[in-house]
Amino acid sequence: MFGYYLDLALRSLKRNKVLTALMVIAIAVGIGASMTTLTVMHLLSGDPIPTRSATLFYPQVDPSPDPDPGHTHEAWDMMDYRSAMDLWAAHRADRQAMVASGSLRLTAPEVNQPPLMAQMLSTTSDFFPMFDVPFQYGGGWQPQDDQSRSRVAVISSDLNIKLFGGANSVGRTLRLKDNDVRIIGVLAPWRPSPQFYDVAGGRFSNGKTASFYNKPEDVFMPFSSSLDINASGTNIFTCWHVPDADTKIEDKPCVWVALWVQLDSAAKASNYRRFIADYAAQQKALGRLTHADNTTLRSLMQWLDFNQVVPSDVRLQTWLAFAFLLICLFNTVGLLLAKFLRRSGEIGVRRALGATQGAVLAQCLVEAGLIGLIGGIGGWLLTLLGLALIRQQPVEYADLLHLDSMMFLTTFVMAIVASLLAGAVPAWRASRVALGLQLKTL
Amino acid sequence: MQIQPVLSALRRHRLATLLIALEIALACAVLCNACFLIANRVGLMHVDSGVDERSLATISLTGYDDAKSTDLNARVTSGLRAIPGVQSVSVINQVPFGEHAGTAGITLDSAGKQFGGVVDFYVAGPESFKALGLQVVEGRAPSSDEYQPLQQFVPSNANVLVTRTLADHLWPGVDALGKEFWCDKFHFRVVGVVANLAKAEGSEGGPSTIQWSVFTPAQPGPNLSGRYLLRADPSQLWRVLRDARAAIATVAPDAVVDQLQSQTITDLRERHFRQDRVMAGMLIGVIVALLLVTALGIVGLASFWVAQRRRQIGIRRAIGATRGDILHYFQIENFLIVTFGIVLGMVLAYALNLLLMTQYELPRLPLYYLPIGALILWGLGQLAVLGPAMRAAAVPPVVATRSV
Repeated sequence: MFGYYLDLALRSLKRNKVLTALMVIAIAVGIGASMTTLTVMHLLSGDPIPTRSATLFYPQVDPSPDPDPGHTHEAWDMMDYRSAMDLWAAHRADRQAMVASGSLRLTAPEVNQPPLMAQMLSTTSDFFPMFDVPFQYGGGWQPQDDQSRSRVAVISSDLNIKLFGGANSVGRTLRLKDNDVRIIGVLAPWRPSPQFYDVAGGRFSNGKTASFYNKPEDVFMPFSSSLDINASGTNIFTCWHVPDADTKIEDKPCVWVALWVQLDSAAKASNYRRFIADYAAQQKALGRLTHADNTTLRSLMQWLDFNQVVPSDVRLQTWLAFAFLLICLFNTVGLLLAKFLRRSGEIGVRRALGATQGAVLAQCLVEAGLIGLIGGIGGWLLTLLGLALIRQQPVEYADLLHLDSMMFLTTFVMAIVASLLAGAVPAWRASRVALGLQLKTL
Repeated sequence: MQIQPVLSALRRHRLATLLIALEIALACAVLCNACFLIANRVGLMHVDSGVDERSLATISLTGYDDAKSTDLNARVTSGLRAIPGVQSVSVINQVPFGEHAGTAGITLDSAGKQFGGVVDFYVAGPESFKALGLQVVEGRAPSSDEYQPLQQFVPSNANVLVTRTLADHLWPGVDALGKEFWCDKFHFRVVGVVANLAKAEGSEGGPSTIQWSVFTPAQPGPNLSGRYLLRADPSQLWRVLRDARAAIATVAPDAVVDQLQSQTITDLRERHFRQDRVMAGMLIGVIVALLLVTALGIVGLASFWVAQRRRQIGIRRAIGATRGDILHYFQIENFLIVTFGIVLGMVLAYALNLLLMTQYELPRLPLYYLPIGALILWGLGQLAVLGPAMRAAAVPPVVATRSV
């Protein structure tokens, strides 16, 4: 029966090409617009590290000295060095890594290139296994390197290509400012979306969060030795007092260190939650912290949500595209209604010859679905076009955009579901055509 | 022409009428809000930076040794001054639309209890005030002895100028001259008010705080180095900037030029608002597509109705209706449907605006957008229905005598 309906639908679509084209275009444009924005949303709001995200957490304590009677103060997005260091050094989680970023001048002796400013991530040895960071050559450093302030570095695949043409550069030397650092590892291409371990301050960014989708840093160094080299170039999130000029960065009244911990079970997470609360209480007793009760432990995805990582413009575009799709659908409903009711006479004959209401309904829905399928193909092409257009834009996430198989399928599912929805009311109306009346007019 | 028969005919086609009206309503809601968003973005893009953008460029250096910054300032300023066409070179911590450097919270009392807001401190050396071309509306420009050496990112006790907007925010309704404010232990006294001075890029706060800036005179030194403000005639600026970048390689080989930040202010502005421009373009695209789809929908349905009523039209023509009567019938029909859609659409537009206001920093939709949206949709409806209606008017009376 389905084949027959398909044949009927094709004939009917051919009969009025203009009306068919209008409907197909409406569906294609609507689907194209909404799938383009949905794909961007899907890529930006996804889980940056699906195998691990459930076990990764972001502890925070509140070093703010200001009294806060209403408890309205949300702890700052990063921690001061003392708190982060104490929590890290306690090693109470399965894995833990301190993270701070900065920039510094980089040259490679033996390589004839002008100095460049490189982004550097200061972190600790657990960073690489904890975040499943892929290596092309060599590997990360060991815990003792953190202790012994080793002058070693891991570099990104991009930097390795830029400086060494992609060759195995393990054992070669980088010059960071005026210090020689030995390369011990080269990453394979690694592009988490967003660059989750650096995410902070989303609530102050006024929705302009595209920078969370930057590429990872070019140089990774042990936290301790990176401070020896580049304390002045390390990014500071904010300060509660203006630090004196000669204060060492570790003692500044500032927050600039993030801590990531891996907790493999819910029990461990709740234990850790208790641990940071206890830590804050103890530090309050010692007089170092003012707010003992303002500690949090967000999971990775909660932390990304809290920072509203998806840029507000992208969300706005998605809303807009779906409003547009809705309008396109109303349009299609109207046109389908016109199309089906125009065939009232024909439907009357079929009913008189014994077709049930259900059969007429099915026939009409097959036709609507066929329009959806053709519209879906158009929508798919338009989505590819839309993504290509966005890739041309100078946005940080441009290189991330592609249509994965899931979104490809979604395009067609959405097109067919949308057209079936649009066809439902017209088909229902068509199946209820008053028999006698139609036959009489023939 | 009577409306009554049109209405009763529409009542026979309730579903189709309702669908078109709903489509119009949605289009109206999206149209009004999209136009409003565009106007908003365009308004943002036209923010007055308060400086002579067309004459200004900046060179930003990084990667040099902090201990040598005084020496670097001397080398770079004298090197840049040697470029032909340069009118002035000064040291500044940030420029409008460039990377921010002096963002800090201020308080209106020394104890730090009364929070004033997060502002941008423009910390800048001699010559910079004149070079920027800031317009003093009250008080005076900083005098030459007010450019003091820095021990921190701002002087510990400084005479400063604030913008009109910031003055009105901090001290509403009172004269700002002589007023004081604090940032941690640093103390500031207002000696002048400038018309505008926009914040730099990446600073905290939304569009409403874009003018919250403080001009702080200071001497270049270890805490003020690496960013240089160049002023030249607009026609020569681009060449001057190119020469300046080239000159850095010889006068300051120990520094790395930050290419992204070493631009003319016009280019920095261009890049700062790039995203807004893209968004406005996208919104315009959506509006055009939306109007097109809506128009096509109207054409499709009207054509269907005309075909369906061919016989009735023939009968009406045979019993004396003119072509004009038929034409007007369809025009009035369309007008009624669109009006119904618009009424619904205005409510929807308002609701959508309220929803957007909760999500984005947006003001309330001004009411005059609604009649404008209505006019556009009425016009669109009439335009779309014109073709089918003319086809209807062309139906000859003889159709009445034929069977289908």
